[in-house]
Amino acid sequence: MSDTNNFCLPEGLTQPAPMPDGLDAAYWEGTLAHELKVQRCGSCDTHQWGPEWMCHNCQALDPEWIAVEPHGVVYSWQRVHHPVHPALTDHGPYIVVLVELPHADNLRMVGNLVGDPMQDVVIGSSVEAVFEDHPSGEPPYTLVQWRTT
Amino acid sequence: MSNDLTLKGRVAVTGVGETTYYKRSQSPDAEFKLVLKAILAACADAGISPREIDGFCSYSNDRNTPARLANALGLDELRYSNMQWGGGGGGAAGAVQNAAGAICAGSAKMIVAYRGLAQGQFGRFGQGGRRKSITGEFAYTVPYGVMSPAQIYAMRTTRLMHEHNIDRSTMRAVALACYHHAQNNPRAVMHGRPLDEETYDSSRWITEPFRLYDCCLENDGAAAMLVTSADRARDANDHPVMVLAAQQSGGHRSGSWVHNPTDYATSSFKPAAKYLYEQAGVTPEDVNVAQSYENFTGAVVMSLIEHGLCTYENANEVLTFDNLRADGGKLPLNTSGGNLAECYMHGLGLQIEAVRQVRGDSTNQVANVDVSLANAGPMVEIASTAIYGSEAALG
Repeated sequence: MSDTNNFCLPEGLTQPAPMPDGLDAAYWEGTLAHELKVQRCGSCDTHQWGPEWMCHNCQALDPEWIAVEPHGVVYSWQRVHHPVHPALTDHGPYIVVLVELPHADNLRMVGNLVGDPMQDVVIGSSVEAVFEDHPSGEPPYTLVQWRTT
Repeated sequence: MSNDLTLKGRVAVTGVGETTYYKRSQSPDAEFKLVLKAILAACADAGISPREIDGFCSYSNDRNTPARLANALGLDELRYSNMQWGGGGGGAAGAVQNAAGAICAGSAKMIVAYRGLAQGQFGRFGQGGRRKSITGEFAYTVPYGVMSPAQIYAMRTTRLMHEHNIDRSTMRAVALACYHHAQNNPRAVMHGRPLDEETYDSSRWITEPFRLYDCCLENDGAAAMLVTSADRARDANDHPVMVLAAQQSGGHRSGSWVHNPTDYATSSFKPAAKYLYEQAGVTPEDVNVAQSYENFTGAVVMSLIEHGLCTYENANEVLTFDNLRADGGKLPLNTSGGNLAECYMHGLGLQIEAVRQVRGDSTNQVANVDVSLANAGPMVEIASTAIYGSEAALG
């Protein structure tokens, strides 16, 4: 999604930025290129999310980064009604989904569900990633949203 | 397990103290002054001089440091200071655990576990941050509108309800019990503000599945507990309460970012429960009354299940308003009104209520309490839980 009028949430929210120590640079660079990158251990092939300097399964340092297929299933969700940030005050409800990636050791990602904020959300339903570009960010960034397939 | 390596029989709570509890930003006193007042109240309750204090334990990045407290109190010696990491109230029982361990080790003789909060003076827990950019763990959630505690923990409850068919009415029963008990407790912020089913059902959504009354309050105040040896507590006054066991608790990858704990729909108490009862030498069936930390009602359901006080299968039948009330219920719950209706002192008030139940001076007293449980901070990365008991519970 490159239409800046079509963000899931209004502009003015706190924006993400890569960590100063470099741990998650590959993730944020990946999203700019519309790739969904996560860690996978070079020693034991375990996928890992969120990022860490060590594989939690075998304790090998510096897990590799790989691009995974940007789709998954809804593991859980919420519909937020009460805004806690000024940018959301007059926005109305929005849906947050927790998406599980079965093809990557069931790791989970958080994003918004694209579309009608009052739509029914079904745990187990299939979703695909929608890359939401924010070229005017400082630095520019891309969020990963989800759309029911 | 060698008794030499447990708290049971060696450590007691000798006094408890609380300030007036205020609605958020209503405290006329500075936060630090509130903490001093709570400590003085605990000393008066214990019948000891504040000069006897030689250690401090807290949690949740408490701003009121032991050095400043010792300085203000004019203490001659400060022998122990300690903080459990993590936000929210995960460390309320953990602070007692840390104090108790230090007492057993001889590191100090009279330790105060405390928490002070004046959110009007320092910013609210229930509001999102105002920074322009964010890095690390929260960079993966805040830009998607997941920033308040309710937003961070709602999806665990959704998953609990999905996996185990937990009913909304079960969560509602927790809220009703808390408000019911607050009506007998003059300390409670919601004293005089009863809650009924219709009001709960028609209250606004905060974030589905949480309605307004599923969420804890935000308050100003302070609370303190004095932890010392069982022998010193017996000498000090006629109301020593034994710390039978206390335990911090995190599971496999419970601290993982972006909602990736291996076990997701959990209160984080599964690891603690298996040690807690063994150390205390009691079983869940022995628990006479429970204080279960309500950041959100769904977490209470998880916590009671994971402490073995009910099961996934029977939670909807066991956790009813009639069963949870102090006046005749089978599983009296949150008898002060708890975080929902007494005060959200990040759970230290629940620890104090558990002590009161053993002493016999709760405003919703349960008959013949020998074993009293209080947990803290369900769903956070590191939660904690404790069991208090009478002399009889030492066996």
